[in-house]
Amino acid sequence: MSDITDLKLVELIDKIKKKKLSSTEVTNAFIERSKKSKKLNTYISENFENALKDAKIFDQKPDFKKKLPGIPIAVKDLFCSKNIRTTAGSKILENFVPTYESTVTQNILNEGGIIIGKLNCDEFAMGSSNETSYFGNVQNPVSENLVPGGSSGGSSSALAAKLTPATIGTDTGGSIRQPASFTGTVGLKPTYGSCSRYGIVAFASSLDQAGPMTQDVKDCSLMLEVMSSYDTKDSTSVEFKRENYLNNLNENIKGKKIGIPKEYRVSGMPKEIDELWEKGIKIIEENGGQIVEISLPNTNYALPAYYIVAPAEASSNLARYDGVKYGFRSKGENLIDMYEKTRSEGFGDEVKRRIMIGTYVLSSGYYDAYYLKAQKVRRLIKNDFDEAYKNVDAILTPSTPSSAFKIGEKLNDPVSMYLNDIFTVPINLAGLPAISIPAGHDKNGYPLGLQVIGKAFDEQSILNIAFALEKNISFKNNITDWWIQ
Amino acid sequence: MTIDLKTVKHISKLSRISIDDKKAEKLSNDLNSIFSFIEKLNELDTKNTEPLTSIAETTLKLRKDEIKSQNIREDILKNSPDKNKDFFVVPKVVE
Repeated sequence: MSDITDLKLVELIDKIKKKKLSSTEVTNAFIERSKKSKKLNTYISENFENALKDAKIFDQKPDFKKKLPGIPIAVKDLFCSKNIRTTAGSKILENFVPTYESTVTQNILNEGGIIIGKLNCDEFAMGSSNETSYFGNVQNPVSENLVPGGSSGGSSSALAAKLTPATIGTDTGGSIRQPASFTGTVGLKPTYGSCSRYGIVAFASSLDQAGPMTQDVKDCSLMLEVMSSYDTKDSTSVEFKRENYLNNLNENIKGKKIGIPKEYRVSGMPKEIDELWEKGIKIIEENGGQIVEISLPNTNYALPAYYIVAPAEASSNLARYDGVKYGFRSKGENLIDMYEKTRSEGFGDEVKRRIMIGTYVLSSGYYDAYYLKAQKVRRLIKNDFDEAYKNVDAILTPSTPSSAFKIGEKLNDPVSMYLNDIFTVPINLAGLPAISIPAGHDKNGYPLGLQVIGKAFDEQSILNIAFALEKNISFKNNITDWWIQ
Repeated sequence: MTIDLKTVKHISKLSRISIDDKKAEKLSNDLNSIFSFIEKLNELDTKNTEPLTSIAETTLKLRKDEIKSQNIREDILKNSPDKNKDFFVVPKVVE
């Protein structure tokens, strides 16, 4: 039954509910395939034995009313999982075993999901290629030595390689949507406040959001339903009516107004991406949607503002790693020396770089010039979207300005690496929901994605638009299993 | 604006991250290229713009002040790098 891993999440659930497959069979299939896929380096920690035990327990007394009945799921190693090591891709948390569960993974467990392992990611989610992980590079199953995107690179790779039927990531500036785009999968960043941040290793708290990564839009709708909840343990969690996203999924986009922001036509963008965008526009028009040219005039300032706000918040969040209460500790001659050596040896280069940028922009004499300025620019960017949404229901853009690149290609040029997130970062600054769906290939056969951005808390509309696009595009990922051992 | 070695050393002190001279030089180059990219923001006039401090611009909710977790001393100390059953241990602070 090696075909089990070819089934999508919703199909697997159907087979389990109809008793055509047991949780043990499904869990075992994904674990066996994972064991043959070490070359991809997607897992930081495996939870295979416990997962099989949990599957057995499920099969003995199956509850088919659950949304994820006995479904195995590997998750990004940024979600704290009780009694399973949680590293955030960092040496400083190499031996950290949480004594509590993040709300999002608890929601998955409550719905019958089974955690089969923790997936590689950029250190503290700081990166766009998974190359900053202390646990090594991750291969993109699309082609050897290609980055899977980042920071949720282990998640996107494991999903595209069918080592897990669905997964979850976090997105601070594009960390779900960019890796989804690079691997030909679907990734959604919900509205800020939709999924609880409790128990997620913090990077930039005013931007971080957890979200689903799946094979298609249906699976994505279901996962969002499971993940999203109001949570008093997260003071920025928002109480709103959460939809039955899967049941309400609807490909009818007649009369929907879709904005095309002219500022996203950046110079030097590959021809294929422009063509892809045109293809998306055509599909929307053919299905009765209305295309509206819009302007988001401050788009070009989003990335520089992000590279002040995110590091500033990170420098504050990461102050907790001092070698005292948990995590790695280096020997020092005195307390201060211990702090400095612990943090110097425990953090990788990109994390140190961002902590230092953040410390600098928050330091005495520079706060107004940098941090306050960036927060004002953030307001302008949000105003752009508010203005646009007076005339449109959603916005369509490419997900990234290029396809996946080779491992090592951009490692020595931080700014060129940061430019990867040019189309995704503004959405985090404005706190909006956005989904990336696979929509085509470049000349090398590498996947390319389209992004649909929605109004705050209107995930249903972007899921519906993505659903309509998906039906008309019929994307196929050309993955050959080259890594299987 | 340039971030010279002296500034890098100062930031490293503030960040409690020790760095050697070779690393400091590389960092100074990286930070300069990042900050020259950030300087773009100065093109914008934001004199009359309110800063956006949080996207969820609501006041925090009040809740009852009740104890929700008890007897978690062991849990809290479990991941401590210096094994001690009762306290977190740090290098000697007071002579």
